[in-house]
Amino acid sequence: MSDTLLSVEDLWVRFPTRSGTVDAVRGISFSVGRERVGIVGESGSGKSMTGRSILRLIRSPGQMEAKSIKFNGENLLDYSERQMRKIRGHQISMVMQDPKFSLNPVHTVGKQICEALRLHTKSSRREARQGALEMLEAVQIRNPERVFNSYPHELSGGMGQRVMIAMMLITDPKLLIADEPTSALDVTVQMKVLAIMDKLVQERGMGLIFISHDLNLVSSFCDRIIIMYAGRIVETCKASELHNATHPYTRGLLNALPRIEEPKGRLEALQRQDSWKQEVSVDARV
Amino acid sequence: MPGSDSAVMERKPWVAEATKDARLEIKDLNVYFGEGPDRFQAVKNVSVKVQQGGSFGIVGESGSGKSTVLRAVCGLVESWDGEIDIDGAPVSHKRDKVFARKIQMVFQDPYASLHPRHTVDRVLSEPLKLHGFDDIDGRVLRALDDVGLGADFRFRYPHQLSGGQRQRVAVARALMLEPEILLLDEPTSALDVSVQAEILNLFADLRKEHNLTYVMVTHDLAVVAHMCDEIAVMQHGEVVEVMDVEAMRSSTPETAYTQELLKASMGYDAEFFGDS
Repeated sequence: MSDTLLSVEDLWVRFPTRSGTVDAVRGISFSVGRERVGIVGESGSGKSMTGRSILRLIRSPGQMEAKSIKFNGENLLDYSERQMRKIRGHQISMVMQDPKFSLNPVHTVGKQICEALRLHTKSSRREARQGALEMLEAVQIRNPERVFNSYPHELSGGMGQRVMIAMMLITDPKLLIADEPTSALDVTVQMKVLAIMDKLVQERGMGLIFISHDLNLVSSFCDRIIIMYAGRIVETCKASELHNATHPYTRGLLNALPRIEEPKGRLEALQRQDSWKQEVSVDARV
Repeated sequence: MPGSDSAVMERKPWVAEATKDARLEIKDLNVYFGEGPDRFQAVKNVSVKVQQGGSFGIVGESGSGKSTVLRAVCGLVESWDGEIDIDGAPVSHKRDKVFARKIQMVFQDPYASLHPRHTVDRVLSEPLKLHGFDDIDGRVLRALDDVGLGADFRFRYPHQLSGGQRQRVAVARALMLEPEILLLDEPTSALDVSVQAEILNLFADLRKEHNLTYVMVTHDLAVVAHMCDEIAVMQHGEVVEVMDVEAMRSSTPETAYTQELLKASMGYDAEFFGDS
């Protein structure tokens, strides 16, 4: 964890609306090394916006602002759009929630994976095809040839998400941002996809930002956890220390979860306090 | 899996207790979709018995037919055969008003199941008008109160409500006709965990107050362990195992499939899932 891949300082995301500006992310700082960092929060906590703003993908009228977003020592904020396109998908990749919406329905899977590779590396068609087939095999697709030639609608959700992971990892990025990558999948499929992602990330020594609403899953999958509420980081801890979390919001989330092992008569409803929104964001840089 | 099948047969507790009064009993239910060569059997020979005042859970992955069972029970799917008994009397394919007073359903997505241009008041009073109830005004207010929304919410539109509030309205609507059985189809999977806790508590309270019988479908084993006393596990349209909640907690399910489901819902385990 010594070498920091990404370091974000004082990030804000704002959306101007008719009734004033909404701050989706309010001045958060965090860093990611060659590790698995989980960002957890409920809907509207700003976790997805944080992921998108690393790649400067906030759409107008949204605005993002930060002191710095340093990736490998370079400030991404100083980059031009053209330079950013070289970063996106090549150095930093992103896997989105639902493969149904992230794959192009009118092109075959193989064509899309080859496109990703050929855009960022100088490889011939044959090399790209070979690379794509190897990558499909790496994400444990049993019949790479068939999947290579199929269209997205011919694949199940789990297969689609494996294809997405293959497409995102084929360029050998340094950092992978996974935004709810398995939420649309069944639990057992979810675990298989996570295991594949875990293995590839470890083998290649990549950093991983895992964005999810599932506290249980993140604590069992990641090394470090960042907990967000109303655009701020309320707490950060090692995944193994989550049960010792102190912030009332984190405690509330933990207590609201029904658990198979420990039956409870009533679940504890989370009592939100206005003061949480005013608190200063915790610095999650290591 | 011939071995596990026989194990399931031995465990069926309701076969022996057939004399106990069942509120809802499903016998050899089959549901089909499509016609001719495209005909697909979504539910195969499902038999389930729900006791009076009980809370029965059906878990399984997408495509396992769990929601289809509920939809067949409440009459949203017509192409079924087998037997569905309510209080010992079989229901026909065409359902009448009396049936609607007995069984109501709460759907998964509160963003899709409420009419966007109807106020809460209209949503709640429509079933009352259809069934000729009196004191509509008082009933709507009491229902809102029951689900923890005040009278302030009465004339709001769905877009003025949060996800949790919408689901409360959907629950209130299901309760308007004072049903005895509630069918819950993934009622909390579109909600945040903290909101899920509130809605699950609401279900527990309402069950006590109104003496309701629940049949709940979900993919979340933790939710089902919290809510239900008896759980059926479905896979590929068949019930592979029925167990009581204690068996599930102590992680002693009989079939490999149920064990895998349980393991997966406990969180990520690199050793268990990494090898497969």
